[in-house]
Amino acid sequence: MIENKHKEIARWAMEFALKNGCNASRVSVVTGQNNSIEYRNTQLDKLQQSSENKLFIEFFVNGRYGSFSTNRIEKAELEMSIKNGIASTRFLAEDIFRQLPHSDRYYKATKDDDLDLFDASYYDYTIDQKLDLARATVEEVYQTDSRIVSVMASFDDGCGSEYFVASNGFEGESRDSAFSLTAEVALKTESDARPESYWYDSRVYFSDLQKSGIAKKALGRAIRKIGQKKIKSGRYTMLLDNTVSLRLFAPLVSAMYGSALQQKSSFLINRLGQQVVSDKLTVIDDPHIHRAFGSRWFDGEGVATKRQTIINKGVLDMYFIDTYHSLKMNTEPTISSPSVISAELGTRNFTELLQSLNKGIWITGFNGGNTNSTTGDFSFGIEGYLVENGVATQPVSEMNITGNMLQLWQNLMEIGCDPRDNSSWRFPSMVFDDINFSGL
Amino acid sequence: MRDIGNSTAIQNMLHHFKVSTDDLQKVISEALSKGGDYADLFFEHTFSNNISLRDGEVNRASSNIDYGVGIRVVIGDQTGYAYVENTRLDDMLRAARTAAGIANMPKEQNPINVTPLTFNNYYKIRKEWPDVSVEDKKRFVQQLNDRVFDLDRRVVKASVSLTDSTSYVLFFNSQGVLSSDYRPMGILAVSCTMEQNGSLESGYASRAYRKGFEFLTLHLIETLAHEAVAQTSLMFEAIKPKGGEMPVVMGAGGSGILLHEAIGHAFEADFNRKNVSIFSDQLGKQVCNPHINVVDDGTVENARGAINVDDEGVAGQKTYIVKDGVLESYLHDRISARHYGVQSTGNGRRQSFRYTPLPRMRVTYMESGNVPEEDMIKSVEYGVYVDNFTNGQVQIGAGDFTFFVKSGYLIEKGKLTQPIKDINIIGNGPQALADITMVGNNLKIDEGAWTCGKDGQSVPVGQGLPSVLVSKLTVGGE
Repeated sequence: MIENKHKEIARWAMEFALKNGCNASRVSVVTGQNNSIEYRNTQLDKLQQSSENKLFIEFFVNGRYGSFSTNRIEKAELEMSIKNGIASTRFLAEDIFRQLPHSDRYYKATKDDDLDLFDASYYDYTIDQKLDLARATVEEVYQTDSRIVSVMASFDDGCGSEYFVASNGFEGESRDSAFSLTAEVALKTESDARPESYWYDSRVYFSDLQKSGIAKKALGRAIRKIGQKKIKSGRYTMLLDNTVSLRLFAPLVSAMYGSALQQKSSFLINRLGQQVVSDKLTVIDDPHIHRAFGSRWFDGEGVATKRQTIINKGVLDMYFIDTYHSLKMNTEPTISSPSVISAELGTRNFTELLQSLNKGIWITGFNGGNTNSTTGDFSFGIEGYLVENGVATQPVSEMNITGNMLQLWQNLMEIGCDPRDNSSWRFPSMVFDDINFSGL
Repeated sequence: MRDIGNSTAIQNMLHHFKVSTDDLQKVISEALSKGGDYADLFFEHTFSNNISLRDGEVNRASSNIDYGVGIRVVIGDQTGYAYVENTRLDDMLRAARTAAGIANMPKEQNPINVTPLTFNNYYKIRKEWPDVSVEDKKRFVQQLNDRVFDLDRRVVKASVSLTDSTSYVLFFNSQGVLSSDYRPMGILAVSCTMEQNGSLESGYASRAYRKGFEFLTLHLIETLAHEAVAQTSLMFEAIKPKGGEMPVVMGAGGSGILLHEAIGHAFEADFNRKNVSIFSDQLGKQVCNPHINVVDDGTVENARGAINVDDEGVAGQKTYIVKDGVLESYLHDRISARHYGVQSTGNGRRQSFRYTPLPRMRVTYMESGNVPEEDMIKSVEYGVYVDNFTNGQVQIGAGDFTFFVKSGYLIEKGKLTQPIKDINIIGNGPQALADITMVGNNLKIDEGAWTCGKDGQSVPVGQGLPSVLVSKLTVGGE
């Protein structure tokens, strides 16, 4: 938790940097605490507790830019490190675009601002409570099925806080907590393979966390994998599960960053205002949702966040442009990165989407793969189920999907109404037409 | 020359962390006070620096310092862990009591006989990174950028990054083992984007070693510049093949990713101890062609994955995973070694003092066979040749592994023809191992900046392979 001593050291470090050659400086101090409990089969497997502090300082020295971070937050050592950092920065080439944001763009705190991101009861939950929860999760399924060889449940919690100051007048503070409960189940079947799966929940508040049914869900998902095999290569309709749908949206987001655009390693260069994907897709960044992971009043530069449309009916509405890249590209800055992004929802739930599928592949997981950030070409390993006449008939694995990101999103046919709300990226199940699957 | 692997080195490291062997014994005693049967302390002080170039100028520098000690208590297979970010005795004792919470049977501790560990030094260096100024490093970064632009007029962007790190490590455990290590690392990477007829393509090249400043040479600059430009040029000509099952010739070097993903992880003993690996019941069994030997080796001099001593005080060593086609050994840390009643293979590694050690690979490679690469290519009617990769992954239980191919070639009627790019290849570990039908005579250890992720921890690794023919893998494509 940020205390006065952390604020004092942050302000002191900034002033010290300014006195020793910086024209401008920005400092953040982060503190955090984490607990992790893993329970496997019949016993506690791992108990881990930690707390940490970190100071990050940026130097703006006559148009030159450097940074330094450390967990050694003692003045005597910091003095030396800051002086060394400034001296090193002087050796660099001048980069006139390295500047702090204009102070008008900074977030200005008001007393009513509370995104409810910290569970005030965080310190009240005991190790025994957490251990009981992990044990009870394992016991939901352990020895309920002769095929089970391993059940592992982990309970993790953490809280963090940050104090952030910049020499042209920004001061901000944030604090959050997170609790998660995860179960992993592995089975032994007639073959050597051990089908395995997981399920989890994760929340800002302990009271909101799903505390039962996690291991049962993981077991069900593992059992459904038994008999996985690859099927014939071809072009199939693809139903993308809501647990993994963000994986295919991530390359689009990466291509919207100023750094990728300026370095010509983005497949969305010069596409602002153009129809780039299906008109069925609208994506919003809404940074001020209460009790939501990713919510925040300001970004990594202190710039105030706001609700913005990223893609509007398939039209690219914004890039993520920070101060540096806005100056370098001679364009207006937006925000350095998205906060809580979600797709505008359709009307049908997952079951209805599944039942509407005559023949296709329902993807429940990805296995490796990558996207060429410059061209948008991608290829990913997948697992899931063959769907015939609205029913999942065969678990599939060891297959790839391959294509181009823009073409893939042009082929979006329908968006479901079932996003998981325990992540900062909230995407529902989605259906895509004519996707290339490689198998047999 | 710095002392490494001897008593003087240990004394120097005790001094570095401002602790005495008495302090270490007190902390271990506290860690075992609730009945743990093993405890260890891992001290680490890491300095890392990066300078980078964009748009023709070296215009960004960053540095980081990380310092602390991790305290682990083990009882049976169970682990208690805590760390502190200083080495004050009171704080270490407090963390030791936290880690001790894994056990609950208070018992008296007997004094420990301290036994300094001696070992070979596999990363001798000439000039330590802390002695090198930004100015000295900067010229190599600039030269690499300039060479990339010199080599091809189509280059429109280049970025270069130089990262160095130096870790001071001290280890002590309840068996009295006391060791220290000094771990350097240098990574130089370049990426470039080229434009041709309105199309853009990018390429990347890197090298990473446990070396000092001597790592930076004009030869290295020349090699990386040519590699990045050649790779990017190839991308303009490349297509995606028609996907499906087909023979794959894995070119020597980076193709070691096949071993790392297809079998390496599944041989890490924690997965087998927990009975969740597809290789859990295979120890001592024939798993592939009897001409195949697979090694995980911490003793490859100056390699990114080399370790003088692992993070549990076990000396660096070379371990045969597969010998003559038989599954010879899992990769062990101390916990799994005790579980299986064998010696640790020195694979107990961790990302930093913030993490518990786990069985991790070091430099994983297959020994050379006797088939010339051209004979493999000649034997394939239709398939692919691949030799340039970005990333891979494996599902331990199912055994399904993948790796992403940045570039390669189609093989048609025994000849390399059209370049290919950006495809994923997927297979099943035991099956792929059994499907290796030819092993080349050209083992090459790849020297790229490979990093392996597991349980949220990243560690530097290496990999290598002679060219091999896998008779059947599923290749992504259109």
